[in-house]
Amino acid sequence: MDFDIASILAIDGLASGAIYVLIAIGTVLIFTVTRVVFIPFGDIAAFTALTLAALEMGRLPGTAGLVVVLAGMATLVEVVALLRNGRAHEIPGALLYYLALPLALVGVVWLSEPLYQSSMVLRILFSLILILPIAPLLDRIVYRPIADASVLMLLIVSMALHFALVGLGLLFFGPEGVRTEPMTDAIFEFGSIMITGQAALIMFAAVLFSGLLYLFFDFTLIGKSLRATAVNRSGARLMGIRPERSGTIAYIVGSLMAGVSGILIAPVNTMFYDSGFLLGLRAFVGAIIGGLVSYPGTAIGSLFVGVLESFASFQSSAFKDVIVFSLLIPILIWRSIVSVHTEEHDEE
Amino acid sequence: MSRFTLRLAVLIAVLALVGAPFLLGAFTITLMNYVGIYALVAIGLALLTGVGGLVSFGQAAFVGLAAYSSAWVTALNGGSPWIGLLLGIVITCAVAFILGLITLRLQGHYLSLSTIAWGLAIGFLFGNVEGLGKHNGIASIPPISIGSVSLVESWQIYYLIWAVVCVVLLLVYNLLDSRIGRAMRALRGGNTLVESLGINVFWIKVTCFVFAAFLAALSGWLYAHLSRFISPTPFEPLMGIEYLMMAMVGGAGSPIGGVIGAAIVTLLKNFVQDYLHYIIPSGTGQLEVVAYAGLFIVFLQYARGGVVAWVQQYLPATAIPRPSQATPLARRDKPAAGTPLLKVDQAERRFGGLIAVNKVSFDVNAGEILGLIGPNGAGKSTMFNLLTGALQTNSGSITFAGKDITRTRQSNIAQAGIARTFQHVKLRPKMTLLDNVMLGAYPRTHTGLFSGLFRLNRAEEASARYDALQQLERVGLGDKPFELAGNLPLGNQRILEIARALAADPVLLVLDEPAAGLRRGEKQQLAALLKSLRDNDKLTILLVEHDMEFVMGLVDRLVVMDFGEKLIEGQPEAVREDPRVQEAYLGGTA
Repeated sequence: MDFDIASILAIDGLASGAIYVLIAIGTVLIFTVTRVVFIPFGDIAAFTALTLAALEMGRLPGTAGLVVVLAGMATLVEVVALLRNGRAHEIPGALLYYLALPLALVGVVWLSEPLYQSSMVLRILFSLILILPIAPLLDRIVYRPIADASVLMLLIVSMALHFALVGLGLLFFGPEGVRTEPMTDAIFEFGSIMITGQAALIMFAAVLFSGLLYLFFDFTLIGKSLRATAVNRSGARLMGIRPERSGTIAYIVGSLMAGVSGILIAPVNTMFYDSGFLLGLRAFVGAIIGGLVSYPGTAIGSLFVGVLESFASFQSSAFKDVIVFSLLIPILIWRSIVSVHTEEHDEE
Repeated sequence: MSRFTLRLAVLIAVLALVGAPFLLGAFTITLMNYVGIYALVAIGLALLTGVGGLVSFGQAAFVGLAAYSSAWVTALNGGSPWIGLLLGIVITCAVAFILGLITLRLQGHYLSLSTIAWGLAIGFLFGNVEGLGKHNGIASIPPISIGSVSLVESWQIYYLIWAVVCVVLLLVYNLLDSRIGRAMRALRGGNTLVESLGINVFWIKVTCFVFAAFLAALSGWLYAHLSRFISPTPFEPLMGIEYLMMAMVGGAGSPIGGVIGAAIVTLLKNFVQDYLHYIIPSGTGQLEVVAYAGLFIVFLQYARGGVVAWVQQYLPATAIPRPSQATPLARRDKPAAGTPLLKVDQAERRFGGLIAVNKVSFDVNAGEILGLIGPNGAGKSTMFNLLTGALQTNSGSITFAGKDITRTRQSNIAQAGIARTFQHVKLRPKMTLLDNVMLGAYPRTHTGLFSGLFRLNRAEEASARYDALQQLERVGLGDKPFELAGNLPLGNQRILEIARALAADPVLLVLDEPAAGLRRGEKQQLAALLKSLRDNDKLTILLVEHDMEFVMGLVDRLVVMDFGEKLIEGQPEAVREDPRVQEAYLGGTA
């Protein structure tokens, strides 16, 4: 391997690493706020790519159907929960929030078909609008009823949810792989090193959104309330912060990051309904390197995974996933040693 | 439910299994074959996840290792399936052992995440290694032959599969009722207690993990020779989560629940396959996944306990006879009264900048009751944790019975004869009083995994049970040995901890605030018990306590700590009069 190949591999790796950064940061965000290891984030990214592709072809994407189904389920769950707790007067609000709002988003996209035929920016915007309700709705349907369960129980549920989503993905998007139009044809040359515009865009987006998230956390009240919930749920509750609401915001922000990553990867890789799993898991390895708490650690970890994967696939493309996931074990051991473990959280 | 009805139920179940091929069609028998094969994995998971609290998503990889080993021996190299079985077990257990050594020290969800990692890595291997058929798999695997009979028909292998399942169930129930099994049952709920009982947590976890992998290997071998064709798909993580689902549906922690769970999931899947296309005509195979992943989530939301726990609440409890008299377990020689037993020399422990214990020295002599007192935050509990090995000293040394134990592992300190109780009670609330106390006898008994599996431990087990009952009677909890520990009021839970500590036949008993939460009469009884242990059993006792009345009437000597340092030691009367002590407690009595 000479320098040229190494530099190509490194840039390629950094670009895919940047994709993982976006997904991984969302994963860490959700985990700290809700204690849920939300494995399906990769699926959210893949679904965004599929949505964008459908919009390009002038079709109403499967996401619309998915949102409608999930909104229906979430409304049902919420209304039943409200009736049971004798809070029937809150039902109109729930209908507005869980049913009308998601349906309105779908409606906007549906009605504005002529608009997005002409503009890529609008297509991207509509893809994100369609994808954002999915994770919060899943939160209401799946996780909220067991919010007090152990991290392990929530992890098991996440695995099951992931498989359910893959099945739904096939149902709503079909088995075809898609690749969207490139966003830019630009190529930058630095001496002998070439960087494609797309790779530069991906890395730029990763930096931009990480920076925005930092600003959100440090300079907005909602961001601070999210951090408070992450540090101590009951403490935050005493300060008037609703953990459920923090959870919903975390899912929306996380989905936005995952959605952006899906849009960025769609022109580079062919995406299928089940591409999300490996995407999500590799990002997850990055998140674990950051201990599922540290954002800078997560970013470095995800970039490392991307580079490692790139070099591993050059050495042996068949075994690249074996290499990446075997790597997780020493990382876990290291994390387990450095993290302070309190027994009080163990389940009896 | 009496033992007779239980045995009758088992007999009927076995007869029904034997008669099934005569009554049911070939398709149902094939389905039952798969139920049996999946059940083996689920039983292992019930043990690993339900009993031991180690959640594994990777069991499918173990099934695959054994299936591929046997397929390689038979279909690719013309060997006998029995050699395949042997190779499958050896490879699977060896891989599990190595993975266990590497990963079982991981805490909580890190461990489960690692099972996803190696589950995926091994899963990818099957599809990519040259010589194992890659993604096309291995076809034309020969059937298993017993003597000259080749198990080709599905009813033939049915008998083999279900015989294996029945034997495994029997062995696993034996195991759970043995010394090692009790240690496995104690794993859930934190390591500190288990280590303090002289149990090496890590090796118990490794044992549990390898045993579950062994059951997965049996399952993989049967699978390969039942379906006669293998490909990577059934050994990927999706199947791993399905196994987990079976174990949890049945009722994590219950081996028979593994069988029931495997049956429910398999039949449900079959049902979904049969009827789903009526509901959604365009539905493809993937929709099944949605359906049962959805059902699994709903199940976890509403019935985490599983089917077995749900049924059990409607069944009468099995009556267990009180343990009868048996040969007593061997007792330790106690050192002569007055000789130095424990020597703490300049012990120091820091937490970051805070010095919790600052160069503290004191001795405990054999046959005395020594009280360690001091205001809140004086460092008493830290001192306790240093003595028992729950924490390590930063400097200084601790010597017990002439041996330096400063750097000794907690479980080894417990085995050397120091038994403790906890300030925040640590019991296993879902185990009976008797089982909780029997946990204490772990270092005095010696039954290993195999004796436990094959019930070669009856004499020792009877002795340990009888000993445990005696300890319960001694502390005044002997009337309901089969009550669950979690149902006791807090005061009695503390007393139960003392019974458990006594079951270890310790030389030194270390009690952390034993009288907290007791009523006046109970405190007097406890004081009488501790005095009798000192006078009649030659036991040495070290206790931390806040209740001055209780302490002053009980102890022979006192050590007072304040702000991490030793203030004074001496007779209770002298300590009471000391102005420094009065100042520490009352903030100056000028």
